[in-house]
Amino acid sequence: MENLIIEPSVKTPTINFYADKGILEIKGKSIPENSIEFYRPVYEWLDKYAQSPATATNIIVQLEYFNTSSSKCLLDVFRKLEILQGYGKSTVTVTWMYEEEDEDMMEAGEDYQTIVKLPFTITKMV
Amino acid sequence: MTDLYTLYQNMVRDDIILSFKGDITQDLLTSVYQIMESHLDTSLEEPRRKKKLYHILVECLQNVYHHMEALKNDTKNTVDEETNSAIFMIARGDETGYRILTGNHIRTANVDDLRNKIDKINAMTHDELRVFYRQQLSATELSDKGGAGLGMIDIARKSGHKIDYSFQPVTDTFSFFSLIVNIN
Repeated sequence: MENLIIEPSVKTPTINFYADKGILEIKGKSIPENSIEFYRPVYEWLDKYAQSPATATNIIVQLEYFNTSSSKCLLDVFRKLEILQGYGKSTVTVTWMYEEEDEDMMEAGEDYQTIVKLPFTITKMV
Repeated sequence: MTDLYTLYQNMVRDDIILSFKGDITQDLLTSVYQIMESHLDTSLEEPRRKKKLYHILVECLQNVYHHMEALKNDTKNTVDEETNSAIFMIARGDETGYRILTGNHIRTANVDDLRNKIDKINAMTHDELRVFYRQQLSATELSDKGGAGLGMIDIARKSGHKIDYSFQPVTDTFSFFSLIVNIN
């Protein structure tokens, strides 16, 4: 299966999803007005990936900013990974990274941690 | 026509660093974000405040954008050009900190809903806002317009201030919604 690589723009993040390694990176900013448009190919990729995933899947979220429109899309990404975890074919972990002193982004990670049934590691960027 | 120097003096008095009136498009917002990023890059604000300001700015402007989109997609009535036009300003005072001001038309029929929503948010403590945000995030479906009803909660939560707002009747059908968010 092909990797999903999306270059960043002023309003959208870098996406580096490596199918073989099971590493899914979302980095940068996610502030598009219509976030569903941006995340649609991400959802489609995840649906395909779920058919033959790596034995371990680690999603690394390293966002400077995201808007509330993206927050719902991020939740949908996590929901898809919860389902993947439920199939038992891949062990899914979440690494949530925030910049030092960025309490808002740390809190955002904690918000997802309480909503999503996946193991979270919330950690400062070094 | 207003004297341009008077307009200039008013902007100085109100510490306005950026103002715009007109149609709010995605391209316009991209430019505004870029302008504000370079403004913040050269300012002496601490990084945490810069990020907070940028974050709240995005949320406030997208709130206006989604209100305007809702009006444009309204098939019941054709909306004239003036009603499709909004205003926003970004101000920074030495003592007041940053303020974001937005104004846009909404249907008068929607005024009560919006007022109730903001009053409910304004009555909440920081912890209550956090719980409410999580509830709304996990419960609401994202509408086609992209709004998830989370914007106002997020603005109140991140700014740490009550949302200052008002409605002014414009015609039988439309009202003008003004929003002021203080960040310090």
